[in-house]
Amino acid sequence: MSDTVIETENPWVEAPAASGPALSANIDPGGKPIEEWWDTHRFNLKLVNPANKRKHTVIMVGTGLAGGAAAASLGELGYHVKAFCYQDSPRRAHSIAAQGGINAAKNYRNDGDSVFRLFYDTVKGGDFRAREANVYRLAELSVRIIDQCVAQGVPFAREYGGLIDTRSFGGAQLSRTFYARGQTGQQLLLGAYQALARQIDAGTVEMHTRHEMLELIVVDGRARGVVIRDMVTGEIESHFGDAVVLCTGGYGNVFFLSTNAKGCNATAIWRAHRKGALFANPCFTQIHPTCIPVAGDHQSKLTLMSESLRNDGRIWVPKRAGDARPPDQIPDDERDYYLERMYPAFGNLVPRDIASRAAKRVCEEGRGVGPGGLGVYLDFSQTPGGPAAINAKYGNLFDMYDRITGEDPYKVPMRIYPAVHYTMGGLWVDYNLMSNIPGLFVAGEANFSDHGANRLGASALMQGLADGYFILPTTLSNYIGANKLAPVDPADPAVREAESAVDQRVDRLLGINGKRTVDSFHRELGQVMWDYCGMSRNAEGLRKAIGRIPELRAEFWDNVKVPGVKEDLNQSLEKAGRVGDFFELAELMCIDALHRNESCGGHFREEYQTPEGEALRDDDNYAYVAAWEYGNDRPPVLHKEPLEFQYVHPAQRDYK
Amino acid sequence: MHLTLKVWRQPQGAAKGRFEAYIAEDVSPDMSFLEMLDVVNDKLTLAGQDPIAFDHDCREGICGTCGIVINGVAHGPERATTACQLHMRHFNDGDEIHIEPWRAAAFPVIKDLVVDRGAFDRIIESGGYVTAPTGAAPEAHSLLVPKEDADISFEAAACIGCGACVAACPNASAMLFTAAKVTHLARLPQGQPERSARVMQMVATHDAMGFGNCTNIGECAAVCPKEIKLDTIAQLNRDLLKTTVSGA
Repeated sequence: MSDTVIETENPWVEAPAASGPALSANIDPGGKPIEEWWDTHRFNLKLVNPANKRKHTVIMVGTGLAGGAAAASLGELGYHVKAFCYQDSPRRAHSIAAQGGINAAKNYRNDGDSVFRLFYDTVKGGDFRAREANVYRLAELSVRIIDQCVAQGVPFAREYGGLIDTRSFGGAQLSRTFYARGQTGQQLLLGAYQALARQIDAGTVEMHTRHEMLELIVVDGRARGVVIRDMVTGEIESHFGDAVVLCTGGYGNVFFLSTNAKGCNATAIWRAHRKGALFANPCFTQIHPTCIPVAGDHQSKLTLMSESLRNDGRIWVPKRAGDARPPDQIPDDERDYYLERMYPAFGNLVPRDIASRAAKRVCEEGRGVGPGGLGVYLDFSQTPGGPAAINAKYGNLFDMYDRITGEDPYKVPMRIYPAVHYTMGGLWVDYNLMSNIPGLFVAGEANFSDHGANRLGASALMQGLADGYFILPTTLSNYIGANKLAPVDPADPAVREAESAVDQRVDRLLGINGKRTVDSFHRELGQVMWDYCGMSRNAEGLRKAIGRIPELRAEFWDNVKVPGVKEDLNQSLEKAGRVGDFFELAELMCIDALHRNESCGGHFREEYQTPEGEALRDDDNYAYVAAWEYGNDRPPVLHKEPLEFQYVHPAQRDYK
Repeated sequence: MHLTLKVWRQPQGAAKGRFEAYIAEDVSPDMSFLEMLDVVNDKLTLAGQDPIAFDHDCREGICGTCGIVINGVAHGPERATTACQLHMRHFNDGDEIHIEPWRAAAFPVIKDLVVDRGAFDRIIESGGYVTAPTGAAPEAHSLLVPKEDADISFEAAACIGCGACVAACPNASAMLFTAAKVTHLARLPQGQPERSARVMQMVATHDAMGFGNCTNIGECAAVCPKEIKLDTIAQLNRDLLKTTVSGA
């Protein structure tokens, strides 16, 4: 680790007050209660004549839950959609890996659920760093998402009477989570994919697989297109439209090891950021408590064990540090069921950030289990119904654990440890899901909007589908209806500039011919991020990281080896471009974490904690969205969107 | 462990490929098969050689992106396991391992172990859906689905579209893939209105894409990482026959 530590000055600047009013989400409540905001807002939006819709092109980048749902819905409305994904089929987007479920305020269980309660739980779960209006709308739309998915044939789990089953899920005391065994994300994605397939067949959606966006085209201040690389032929091509939508997922792979798919990357949103889109709350990352621990240096990714397991499994470590007995030889009174002890009301169901930090703490006390002491037990030996009941509920997860670790979790307790899973931060968007660049919309995990500083379980699928099925079709129509846009001239200097930037970058990466692989740089960056910007952070460590990352980035651009040519399927080149962007994003994440002198949700600054070690927020000074403007070789510029809480009043989260 | 790999290498655009031998050293039993290939690729890269191209993404057995034939078996020796979830503890020191792409006329090789499975998307596009435009859905509980049907439907819907069934079939038939989607939707009330048209269109597209016919060999179900049952093909045949006979 380098000794380059920035001690004197802050590595960012604040936007001067004179540069304009604070960021606005563009919501006009008009004195109405929150229940009516979305309806009122929708009524005020412009419409597009059905006969004219086919004359308008929408560029969709990413076709997972949010992008696939939006592309299908926009196609159904009659728009001409050009969709792109890096995978070989939209059915493979990483939404597919979501296991646990999707929340909806249906109150099918008569357990006191309501739209307002889901809204309340989500704002509180996000530790009061989300925008109330967006979260309320999300809760409101949750009900319709389930209806839509059932109509598509999504095979949700059912009761014997034929009604849909639900379960409770991490961080909730209600049974509001709809699921399809441990494969909910897969089934919801296939629903969206099949709706998309119908539109592809109908000719409204033009689908381009194995295509990667490498640059945003901004003409006269508006997002008008993208520069795309055909990952098979290497051809660089520009595509134009009336609006550009990015549904490209999160950036957890900045840590190298995460539960994300290997291809998940931040390039689309980072390229848009470099073109002027504000990046909001980049340091808000979610560390998921129930993942399979790291097995060795060769590890290429981490695998999540759905936190639905926490409904029945009991988490424990030995009471005594260094207790090396096998788990079955540790009697019950020598086990510390620490979550049940520390949080009697929620027990093993506390939100993810709290469960993750508790695991880290007991491991730091020397009570961790498994190789390296970085693990805790998740024990099913006391589950009612025994192995048969477990198999019915979690069979596929138990099989997966067995395959990866070589241990049979029906006989030996699972070992779990936290891992990077989700990024709450993302491009800043207003209530219409439009960024500060007119015509650039961002949805799903790629935006920052709904989860504040911590996301509750089973709410990512909900957000992706709410954005894709219901919000984007409405707000995009408004944008298109309100703006008369001339066709883009392919010879426009802005287009030429974007294309040549892509060409030059590709050539540069291929021309370095250094001595280290892309992965070796990525691993090292990931380790810096995990050590200094992971489950807990402090100013000293963050400053170290902010010193180290640019050094590593410089070495990357000087010493990386990218073999092959550009006119070919070149997986090393793909990775290299993405890692190049991760370096820049990593630095911004550390700066954001350093600037936020409080602890909230997944952002835990060691300097700011209660005597019991819980996150200590500073609502007086940090109740805002930090939206960063790209600095372009200068420090990034901080813009603030103040957060007002009219309905859910900030209080310390209490899960005891 | 130390292993000898015989890997199919086929440059992009080349009509033919060939096996090349590589040594994989210091392989840990805890590595996944793809992590073992990562290590080989790192060495090739540093030696100035072109790394082996292979498809992969989630590496947790659900996205269906990975797919290679290992020692003659699609996804390798472990049952109900994708290549990314296959771990090296199932191999022995000194083993020679043959690694090939899916081989089927409908899945042309793009490069090395990477094939084009776009034909699967064409099959779904031709009818593997319920026409349910966004916004038109009735309340979810207005449709009752018996648990048995829901479970059978779910088990068929678990198909990840990896293509192992095609690779394993001597006829390179995609009937298991097609039948999984037909069964998923045929067992649900939502799927009934389009049931006849769906099976006709999907089978027609299946044939047009160049997949072979099903002759009930059953290799497909044997290698399927999601254990899609051969019964789904019976369901497809029943629906197809019924539709053909009734002319619906």
